[in-house]
Amino acid sequence: MSALVRARDVRRDYPLEREAVHALRGVSLEVEKGEYLAIVGPSGCGKSSLLNLLGAIDAPTSGTIEIEGRNVGTLGDREVTDFRLRHIGFVFQRFYLLPILSARENVELPMAEAGVSAAERRERSTELLRYVDLADRVKHRPAQLSGGEQQRVAIARALANRPSLLLADEPTGELDAKTGQEIISLFGRLHADGTTVVVVTHDENLARAARRVVHMRDGVIVQDEVPGG
Amino acid sequence: MRLVLALASLRRNRARTILAVCGVAIAAAMLLDMVMLSTGMRESFRQLLLSRGFQMRLTPRGTMPFDTEATITAASDVTAKLRARPEVDLVSPVLGASVHVLRGDSSITTFALGVDPQAQGDYQLAAGRDATEPNTLIANDDFLRATRAKVGDTLRIASGFDPQLRTHSGERALVIAGRAKFLYLASGQLAVAIPLRTLQEMTGAAREDRVSLFMVRLRDASKVPDVTKWMRTALPTIDVISTADAMARVDERLGYFRQLSAILGAVSLVVGFLLVTTLVTVSVNERVGEIVVMRAIGVSKAHVVQQIVLEGTALSVTGAVLGTGLGLITARYLNTILSRFPGLPAAIDFFLFQPRAAWTAIGLLTACGVLAGLYPAWRAASLPLASTLREEAVA
Repeated sequence: MSALVRARDVRRDYPLEREAVHALRGVSLEVEKGEYLAIVGPSGCGKSSLLNLLGAIDAPTSGTIEIEGRNVGTLGDREVTDFRLRHIGFVFQRFYLLPILSARENVELPMAEAGVSAAERRERSTELLRYVDLADRVKHRPAQLSGGEQQRVAIARALANRPSLLLADEPTGELDAKTGQEIISLFGRLHADGTTVVVVTHDENLARAARRVVHMRDGVIVQDEVPGG
Repeated sequence: MRLVLALASLRRNRARTILAVCGVAIAAAMLLDMVMLSTGMRESFRQLLLSRGFQMRLTPRGTMPFDTEATITAASDVTAKLRARPEVDLVSPVLGASVHVLRGDSSITTFALGVDPQAQGDYQLAAGRDATEPNTLIANDDFLRATRAKVGDTLRIASGFDPQLRTHSGERALVIAGRAKFLYLASGQLAVAIPLRTLQEMTGAAREDRVSLFMVRLRDASKVPDVTKWMRTALPTIDVISTADAMARVDERLGYFRQLSAILGAVSLVVGFLLVTTLVTVSVNERVGEIVVMRAIGVSKAHVVQQIVLEGTALSVTGAVLGTGLGLITARYLNTILSRFPGLPAAIDFFLFQPRAAWTAIGLLTACGVLAGLYPAWRAASLPLASTLREEAVA
């Protein structure tokens, strides 16, 4: 396998009034294509900051992050936005679907942005919603869906442009245990189908489902393990 | 997709959107009315002057038409001179005078125009026939109402009244040949048109071969400056007022109207702008999380801005279109009130609808809608993604 993501000595400081908060203090990490990686650790250890950097929605204070061989820290706003659109899928803890759009329209949004034709968008969104077992809910608005269903729509949206990297920040954090388990199964299925998945989680079940677990504390990686490996 | 998103965002809070559209519509109506007021009266006056094709008015030196009792002498000679010019198509001599309709011991005073029925440009016949015979007249509705007369009736009309002797002079029996609408007279003003020669005879030696005004129509309007120049040399005791001259004088007198309408129009534009800005800003602030997520999943800053600007534009355009209808209704109502303004021709419209005025109002408000959405849109699209997402999650 080859490295899809390569982070080298990444630091991220957030300036406050008098002193900076050092969210990441020199993190180096490689994620191979097709890997299923969970980042775990206590609150405030920097795992979400690391995920934001891996997803190119934030830039490191120092260090480099390469995704598919491109140093995303050097890209301009327009380029990095386009990079996120075509190469990265995001799943958020609070789903963040657009409430004014149906499930199908939410899934089609990134494709429309990428210039995919209407017919192709329709075909792809149908396929994705079927993949996440929501074929019968395409016209429903987020408010008409349960939390688990909303998260599945969000996963379908994240997969819309066939990203090479799927990032999820506490994807089961807002769900009950049973619904959370459905999402964990779905991530397992995505991994089995070849998607590279990186999740940040407090959920032990989700972490156990991953093939590799990175433990963080105080802005650094303290353990990188392959359970059962 | 952006339009779908923009419209869906507006539908999300229907009551607020409807109220905002109503507000913009009222601002648009006021703006349209002000644009119509600033240009309408002038244009209406121009159209009135040119309604019968007469491009020039000749008056006694130093006067405006009918603003004094002054008259032009040797009217026949002047008429002949004017008609001899090849550029001149039609000459209409007009004499203005007050006459009295005698009814037993009382009388009703009315304004009379002595005209050449073949060349007149003062009225439009509505019923009956023209006053081509010497002892006939044409009357307007107000006159017929006041005298309770009708077409075909004969009236005793005198041109003069001596208050000491309480006697009338220049009395004639005239038959009402027709009913007409007088173009240049104020609303409610009683008026008759009498053949010029008859009125001159009735008014006696003082008005013999005199007129108050000539209206002149040229075959080619572009010849007005040349003919004006000739007239000023050949007829030194007469003032020549072209339509352009008249418009210049109207412009001077309408300066206050234009200033007032410009100020009120600007106020309504600012109100519309602030309304849309407020609504778009509130709407954007409510959706910061959504906007940041859109950016995070790869929607470009430009497209986010476009979507929000579209929302402002949709509000403005809808409000402006509704406001155009509202503006036309209010303009019609206000016009009926202002058309009773004393001393102005009833045919003058204060609020003359011109497509250009409507397009100006809609265009200005649309531009406001675009500008109103631009700042909040750019601000929202430029928010730092990671920290805003974190704040939203905490919130």
